[in-house]
Amino acid sequence: MVNKLIKEDTKMFLTGNEVLAYAANSAEAEFMYGYPITPQNEIMHTWCKLLPKTGAGFLQTEDEISAGFSTIGGILAGKRAFTATAGPGNVIMQDAQSMAEMMRIPFVCAVMQRGGPSTATVIYAQQETRLTCFGGNGEGFRIVYSTAGHQDLYDYMIKAFNTAWKYRFPTYVLADGYQGKMREPVVLYDPASRGISMVPTTKALLAEGQIGVDRKSAHLRNTYNMEEELMGVLEGYKADYEKMSEEVQEWEEYKAEDAEILVIAHGIVARSARTAIDELREKGIKAGLFRPITIRPLAVKPLRAAVSRAKQILFTESANGQLAQMVLEKLYGLNTPYSTLFKMGVGVTGDDIVNKVESMAAAAV
Amino acid sequence: MSEILTMPPNLPDAQNAEVGASKFCPGCGHGITLKALAKAVDELGIKQKTVFGCDIGCSLLAWNYMDLDTVQTHHGRTTPVIYGFTRANPEAIGIAYMGDGGGLAIGAQHLVNATVRGERMLIIVVNNTNYGMTGGQMSPTTMPGQKTETTPYGRDCSVTGKPAKAAEMVAAIADPQKSFVARSSVSNMMKLKQTFVKALKNVENGGFSFVEVLSICPLNWRTNNVDTFGRLAQMEEFFEVKEFLVPEGV
Repeated sequence: MVNKLIKEDTKMFLTGNEVLAYAANSAEAEFMYGYPITPQNEIMHTWCKLLPKTGAGFLQTEDEISAGFSTIGGILAGKRAFTATAGPGNVIMQDAQSMAEMMRIPFVCAVMQRGGPSTATVIYAQQETRLTCFGGNGEGFRIVYSTAGHQDLYDYMIKAFNTAWKYRFPTYVLADGYQGKMREPVVLYDPASRGISMVPTTKALLAEGQIGVDRKSAHLRNTYNMEEELMGVLEGYKADYEKMSEEVQEWEEYKAEDAEILVIAHGIVARSARTAIDELREKGIKAGLFRPITIRPLAVKPLRAAVSRAKQILFTESANGQLAQMVLEKLYGLNTPYSTLFKMGVGVTGDDIVNKVESMAAAAV
Repeated sequence: MSEILTMPPNLPDAQNAEVGASKFCPGCGHGITLKALAKAVDELGIKQKTVFGCDIGCSLLAWNYMDLDTVQTHHGRTTPVIYGFTRANPEAIGIAYMGDGGGLAIGAQHLVNATVRGERMLIIVVNNTNYGMTGGQMSPTTMPGQKTETTPYGRDCSVTGKPAKAAEMVAAIADPQKSFVARSSVSNMMKLKQTFVKALKNVENGGFSFVEVLSICPLNWRTNNVDTFGRLAQMEEFFEVKEFLVPEGV
């Protein structure tokens, strides 16, 4: 067991990366495996600095491949283990994430997006949305929470562990370098004080009991000989995922009820959209926001309802429409016209969104 | 009247009696290696605390071969899965089992770094000088002049470099106070078992162990029995069979 540092509500002024380390401790995470890559480094810096107080474990591995696979090893040992990465690290960690999908391993990873392709920029982007949701080979199933600020980082990092261990799908907190490096006030709390109890972990290997006396030896597979056998396994995973989806899906609507122009954005761009919407409302333009929090699985029913009520939609992202591509597939059959404001690897400001929505409103007159 | 004699198979306790016939190719060295390993686990009485990880490639067929808690991992990734496990559960004896491709090519960075960090585990590289499962391509340990599917005219070391010598490399970078490093061969199963006993005892003592096992692949080598073991004898000349590092207490 680890020592939880946050025992009562504590307001702190922290960077997002520090918040994630505290959140993992509050979630009773026992081990972090990691490899340095900007902009997620301070998660492990903070985790390491706190080790004498928490009694948790840490291993700095040789690369993100080994960070991912050793995280799997720790989880198989029954530890609430996690890792964090970004950009090219997220690319090579897909190897392990794919194994976690195949073997239903409760893998938890914080992804702090940076610019791509390849090394590109080190601070900010939303260009790992598609990779984080669908990065593996085959049709693996994952849960991805996209956060929009520090309270989100704390809340959803704790939640990610419970989602992963309850449903046994790899679970991600998807943020970015702005959230990781920015400092803002956040209330840290003991999850128990909010009625949150941590889902117990189990040992997949060296579980309780003697082999040959109390139980058989465990033989965990990652390979299947026959195509039909594999499909049977995956159909089971798919059914579990679909059954679970309505339970885990989360979204936020802001002034969306009567919105004529609905902005669809996730993560920190959704935060810019909120300020833009307030400004647009003051100018008499009925704008609103639909922000998917789980970007996989998407909350399809409320999304379609919000889009159906609007006259126009605006997709805006710090990417070239990675979320839009995922959302548009779910809007099949609706004919609400849409516009886009995509800035690849660059922040979207409230002013950007105000100007764009104003031009959309003017064109509609 | 005829009489049928039934002899119970002489299986080590750490070998899985339920699996039936081996899925390895006829004549493969993996069966000898795994049986020797299982006997070593029996001898030390560590079955209940041993976790066995097998790599992808021919090694994957070991996934239910042992009566040990086992995880079949991903190509080259058995080492980090097992050290991830033993870091989280320091009481466990971790064994990472792989071929020469998994150990020395796609997973080489893990071998190097696990050695340097002195991870508390045993890494076994079964060296049969080719990629068996994928159909017999050149591997880092393919012998000079050896014909494989990707060196159909023989390995030309002026193009490919010389064969990698895993045990020498590991011995050069391992901590001699804490590491057991050896090369053994399936030509002498009792010696192979004793090598595994020493390697596992060192892990029990908190050290890092590496055993390279010279093995045979008659299917991809396209050799009969005589030629198979003739080739193995040549390998034993090229890859020195010995204990490179033996820490005190082993």
